[in-house]
Amino acid sequence: MRNLSPAWLLGGCVVSLLCLRLSVAAPTPDLAPDQVKTIVFTGATVLPVGAPAIEGGLVVVQGGKIIALGPAGDVRVPEGAEVRDVTGKTIIPGLVCTHSHIGGAGGADGSGPIQPDVRVSDSLNVLDSGYMRALAGGITTMNVMPGSGHLLSGQTSYLKMRDASTIEGLFIRTEGGKPMGGMKMANGTNSMKGGKFPGTRGRSAALMRKRFIAALEYSAKVEAAGDDIDKLPNRHLGLEALSQVLSGERVVHHHTHRHDDIVTVLRLAEEFNFRVVLHHVSEAWKVVDEIKAAGASCSIILLDSPGGKLEAVDLSMKNGALLEAAGVPVAYHTDDWITDSRLFLRMGAFGVRSGMTRDGALAALTQSGAEMLDLGDRLGSLAPGKDADFVILSGDPFSVYTKVLETWVEGELRFDRSNPGHLLYAEGGYGAGHDQSPYFCCFDTFGGDQ
Amino acid sequence: MRTFFFTLAALSLSAVASAQVAVRAKTLHTVSGAPIANGVVVIVDGKIAAVGPASEVAIPEGFQILESNVVTPGLIDARSVVGLAGIVGQKNGDQDQHENSAPIQPELRALDAYNPKDRLVDWVRGFGVTTVQTGHAPAELVPGQLFIVKTTGRTADVAAVVPFSAVAATLTTGAQRSGKEAPGTRGKMVALLRAKLIEGQEYAKAHAAAADSEGKENDKGGDKKGAPKRDLGLEAIAAVLAGDVPLIVTANRAQDIASALRVAKEFQLKIVLDGAAEAYLLLDEIKASGCSVILHPTMQRSVGETKNLSFQTAAKLKEAGILFAIQSGYEAYVPKARVVLFEAAVAASHGLGFEGALRAITLDAAKILGLDARVGSIEVGKDGDLALYDGDPFEYTTHCVGTVIEGVVVSSGETDR
Repeated sequence: MRNLSPAWLLGGCVVSLLCLRLSVAAPTPDLAPDQVKTIVFTGATVLPVGAPAIEGGLVVVQGGKIIALGPAGDVRVPEGAEVRDVTGKTIIPGLVCTHSHIGGAGGADGSGPIQPDVRVSDSLNVLDSGYMRALAGGITTMNVMPGSGHLLSGQTSYLKMRDASTIEGLFIRTEGGKPMGGMKMANGTNSMKGGKFPGTRGRSAALMRKRFIAALEYSAKVEAAGDDIDKLPNRHLGLEALSQVLSGERVVHHHTHRHDDIVTVLRLAEEFNFRVVLHHVSEAWKVVDEIKAAGASCSIILLDSPGGKLEAVDLSMKNGALLEAAGVPVAYHTDDWITDSRLFLRMGAFGVRSGMTRDGALAALTQSGAEMLDLGDRLGSLAPGKDADFVILSGDPFSVYTKVLETWVEGELRFDRSNPGHLLYAEGGYGAGHDQSPYFCCFDTFGGDQ
Repeated sequence: MRTFFFTLAALSLSAVASAQVAVRAKTLHTVSGAPIANGVVVIVDGKIAAVGPASEVAIPEGFQILESNVVTPGLIDARSVVGLAGIVGQKNGDQDQHENSAPIQPELRALDAYNPKDRLVDWVRGFGVTTVQTGHAPAELVPGQLFIVKTTGRTADVAAVVPFSAVAATLTTGAQRSGKEAPGTRGKMVALLRAKLIEGQEYAKAHAAAADSEGKENDKGGDKKGAPKRDLGLEAIAAVLAGDVPLIVTANRAQDIASALRVAKEFQLKIVLDGAAEAYLLLDEIKASGCSVILHPTMQRSVGETKNLSFQTAAKLKEAGILFAIQSGYEAYVPKARVVLFEAAVAASHGLGFEGALRAITLDAAKILGLDARVGSIEVGKDGDLALYDGDPFEYTTHCVGTVIEGVVVSSGETDR
């Protein structure tokens, strides 16, 4: 995942040896060089999200976590800490994209409309340039999903933009070590293809109901079997995954645009008692009260014009403002490649343009999204104990003229605008669309003699 | 600003009737000259009659007065499909930008396909866009014609500024056809284009010869003796060969840009490069060719042939001294219409700067369209086309609060404000 400048490549052996020494000396050998240090960022305007802005604040990072932050006088700088003066800059939490398709995300195929057994994580290319572009946009966490051409296109994957040579290295895991993810569903026209697929909205819902009932039966059998393995039903990966939806373990991320489709999702969620995040929600503004009453969250997108398909004709840029005013949890997403991960901040800014509060818009790019991924207690804001995921900006997060200078993931510098190799992904240019080189990515692992 | 919004909306009702309008701006970007602080523009009968600082320009009595923080010339989108690629995206419904029955159809007129009532025309006008070159999408080798239109008017004919402004050609794999249909390769695309141009040359030559002999024989009229049968497609190609209209060639990869320049040289064509994602690799060649560039939308997706596009290409074209504009382009999916204001904004912040970005969607776009005597800057004698903003037009959180075309308030601000 790491892309480095040619100069770094030349110095590769030296750096690599240094890394080795550090990691041997460090008490936790899994930590990257940046992570074993204690680093203090000073002088910036800190926008923690969920707490007031701090002018000239300090942020103290250690072991991949934020250990302290506050006004200069209030925070003790630990002995031996590396101090980075970022006066005049702005620090915000790492951005959370609740809906992305980067990394070559593939899910269900044409063989049927409902495929809960399919895992997007089996399709992802860790070297895809999209991950570097996401970092260049300040994104540190994302929910990568299969597409919307199915009623249910597969299991999604929550990823952290760490330095890794396999996709496993990006997984966000539960305390028990299980990779986290949701389930992608969709209604409306995208999946209404006829043939094996539904041709109408009525059949779309009917097919889903039937499958949920099968999953209920399956989980009832599993429960009845208890510890008696002879009584267990034959293992069925799809129904197993749907059982996780029905038990609330796996959140449904539901593509839906038109007001009536939105209400259908809410109806199904109530019937089968699954947790749902409504995605896109172009016509949210028509059913704000219903969304509020159902207690659903909305992960929305903002496009430069409405339309492109019938169900997006009434998309409104005011969705964010109206949902925020109603007290509905609202996050933005890139839907990359629909919009460019590098410009994710722009989405929040356009939310402000159409009436969102600045605090609400920044939360919609960070903490609110984290909560929709069940990660709200681990990341999404700057607070002691949370992952050290943050972005250093050249100025106001919502100005067109502001640049992402650095993106840090769990205390490690992952994007550095002053590195020409990284800048290529931020600005584009020849080679920006190519996969990252595995030599860069895996240099340390291979021992530096590649 | 809210108060202003309502004032403007109320004014717009009567504005239709009179068209005698004056605009006051804290900052007036004329584009042709330095910005004017506390500037005034007076529009009489649709044309700019006076422009200057408030201390020097008096507003005649009885004029409607609009006020805003920032005023620019009405924005110009040098290449769009708005009005043809409708908001719904329904094939055989409102998608008239792409006729796929044949790869070469220069006879398709944009005028016959443009819907001035499409909501996306309203949408872009709400952000200050007043003039658009729109037409057939770069989805076939020669997809059809373009025309230039003001973003108001009840019919295409009324709205049209130039009914036939260019023939489009496409040298991208997106315009290749599958199976056994041609063109299926780059070589074949250029071969077919050459063949069509040669056919056009012969057609024009035969017509000229017939006209000559007609003159000599003092023909009484009716069918010209010896003239080839009238062919609307070849007429359009002949117009390109004669230099009456440019061939706007969409090419993104460097090798395709080079092909466009090669063909232009061979046939001594007036071409304009369109898209040009990898133009930064061929700055010298483009500069030497003398052609201008209508650059892809800055936020176009970096996939396929545009995977190497750069936010900085506009800045590099400027530095190289190449005349260019920034376009909204064509999206097959969403967003169905891009907004040049937004595209220029991202270029502005990636090396192009405020002034360069504004020129790329006003005066320089007008130059490329050959309309700089009429639109593109705030100068006396030019059309009274203005865009009003409550701040820096390129800032994400600024709003367009009014659009004026030929002295008429045609939008009272962006739709979702």
